[in-house]
Amino acid sequence: MTAVTDTTTSPQRADSPEREVAVRLRGVGRSFGAGPRSVVALDGVDLAVRAGEFVCLLGASGCGKSTLLNLVAGLDEPTAGSVDVSTGRPAVMFQEPGLMPWLSARRNVELPLRVAGLGRAARRAVAEELLDLVRLGGQGSRRPHQLSGGMRQRVALARALACTRTGATGLPLLLMDEPFGALDAITRDILQAELLRVWRATGAAVVFVTHDVREAVRLAERVVLLSSRPGRVVREWTLRSSGGDGGAALGPTGVAEAEVTEEITTALREVISSHGRH
Amino acid sequence: MAGTETGSRAEADGLADVAAGLDALDTPVERGTPWWRRLLTRAVPPVVAVLAVLAVWQALWAAAIWPEFKLPAPAAVGEHVGDLVGDGEIWGVLWVSVHRAVLGFLTAVIIATPLGLLVARVPLLRNAVGPLITGLQSLPSVAWVPAAILWFGLTPATIYAVVLLGSVPSIMNGLMSGLDQVPPLLTRVGKAVGAGPLTSARLVSLPAALPGYLAGCKQGWAFSWRSLMAAELIANSPQLGVGLGQTLEQARAMNSMSGVIAAILLILLVGISIELLVFRPVERRVLRGRGLAGAV
Ligand SMILES: Nc1ncnc2c1ncn2[C@@H]1O[C@H](COP(=O)(O)OP(=O)(O)O)[C@@H](O)[C@H]1O
Ligand SMILES: [Mg+2]
Repeated sequence: MTAVTDTTTSPQRADSPEREVAVRLRGVGRSFGAGPRSVVALDGVDLAVRAGEFVCLLGASGCGKSTLLNLVAGLDEPTAGSVDVSTGRPAVMFQEPGLMPWLSARRNVELPLRVAGLGRAARRAVAEELLDLVRLGGQGSRRPHQLSGGMRQRVALARALACTRTGATGLPLLLMDEPFGALDAITRDILQAELLRVWRATGAAVVFVTHDVREAVRLAERVVLLSSRPGRVVREWTLRSSGGDGGAALGPTGVAEAEVTEEITTALREVISSHGRH
Repeated sequence: MAGTETGSRAEADGLADVAAGLDALDTPVERGTPWWRRLLTRAVPPVVAVLAVLAVWQALWAAAIWPEFKLPAPAAVGEHVGDLVGDGEIWGVLWVSVHRAVLGFLTAVIIATPLGLLVARVPLLRNAVGPLITGLQSLPSVAWVPAAILWFGLTPATIYAVVLLGSVPSIMNGLMSGLDQVPPLLTRVGKAVGAGPLTSARLVSLPAALPGYLAGCKQGWAFSWRSLMAAELIANSPQLGVGLGQTLEQARAMNSMSGVIAAILLILLVGISIELLVFRPVERRVLRGRGLAGAV
């Protein structure tokens, strides 16, 4: 625990005035259960995600990534600190698509809009648009079981994005909990590229949870490393500084990317092995 | 700048092609079987089985191991059924029984559905009466007949009471286990898209529990029909009319074995017909729509 210190590679960005803050966590803690057997999943987490920013939360299994994401999603309440989300309803995606098997792809995408009480025509228009965005235009009438794993996860992405269209204005926020973890390598590769495309097209802030360093380095503008039990922010790396201009790769390409992957992997290993020692 | 623009455009197109190729490769293929093949594989085996049973029956009768009044010939039973159909008596008998069973079943659905929801959703109730409801299913409903006769006398109320006591627990149980089996992920998704408890029940839990509910209804129908027959067999009175159960009992009283077998066959036939014509297609449709076509 003492081996790694809090070092934010570009601390001035955290309070950078030119981009609005979409999510701010201050001293967030979450423990489960009470008494001596309680589990402290998160402790003193400070994190700010700016509008349009792509942040990857990286950490070993069980370090509290999902817990953190659930707090931001409003599916759970922190036991300490505060979570402020300045966007409308966030779009949430899980590892499994979680599509309703009795609804067609289009009606699945319409679900958040139905919950929000939108009219049939408006729902349909938004759903068609979002299905086009994830390249599933014309597949809307299919049921989940008639789609491949990758297609299902894209329907789930479209449905998540529909949450950001439920009327409340504001910056879109996309929360993803290891969304490609259950896919094969080829499909995952394609979907990562698709996600970057959708991110650029929508200008959404993304909080992407993963335990895969490569995935984090490929996708993120900023990688946040969490320690385990309790989960704390250990270190951050700013890889790209797009400033929202379409993600021009100022950050790692080729050699630099390999170097950063190496560095983050080393840090992750250090965090994990510090657990075995005490 | 323009150069990188076209570059990324070309890259995006390439990506689209790869994605489309993956979709095409990975999409589950649906194999449709022609209707006549389905008919052949589904309808022929049971018909053959029935013919085999008839053949064995005929052979046993021909061997004359048992006297005629214990094992009549298939033809004698057929004649008996033919007589019932011929003089039109059968339609009245069927109407009396079937309309009671259907009415009883529908009432059971109306009673069991809200009760099942309530018990499934209120943990205290669940713990208190859940095991009781499951236990009631293993109580043969014929056991209720004497109690019902003492409560209501030889009136239709007795019959409906027995039918309801037989089928309500089944339907409640089906609904409860259907709700138990809703994947937690779907409930979480419901919450994530902003649904409150009521909306979530309407748009997520209830549709997700539909297969379990239907299975419960199917079983509830079977229990309605059985309970009705038990009640009709025991409760004999002019007030109650003549249903299949009473027909069976009358045949026994007249020592007519062919009449008894004819009535048993009719009871079986009605049960199977409703199952095949009503429940099977509905269940099939629901399961197919969810990609659970392995069943039926
Ligand atoms: N509902 C819960 N009750 C008790 N403990 C929990 C609960 N949810 C998570 N935890 C604990 O909190 C820790 C973090 O879990 P989680 O956020 O799921 O980790 P991750 O997503 O990083 O794998 C784990 O030690 C887990 O056991
Ligand atoms: Mg997790």
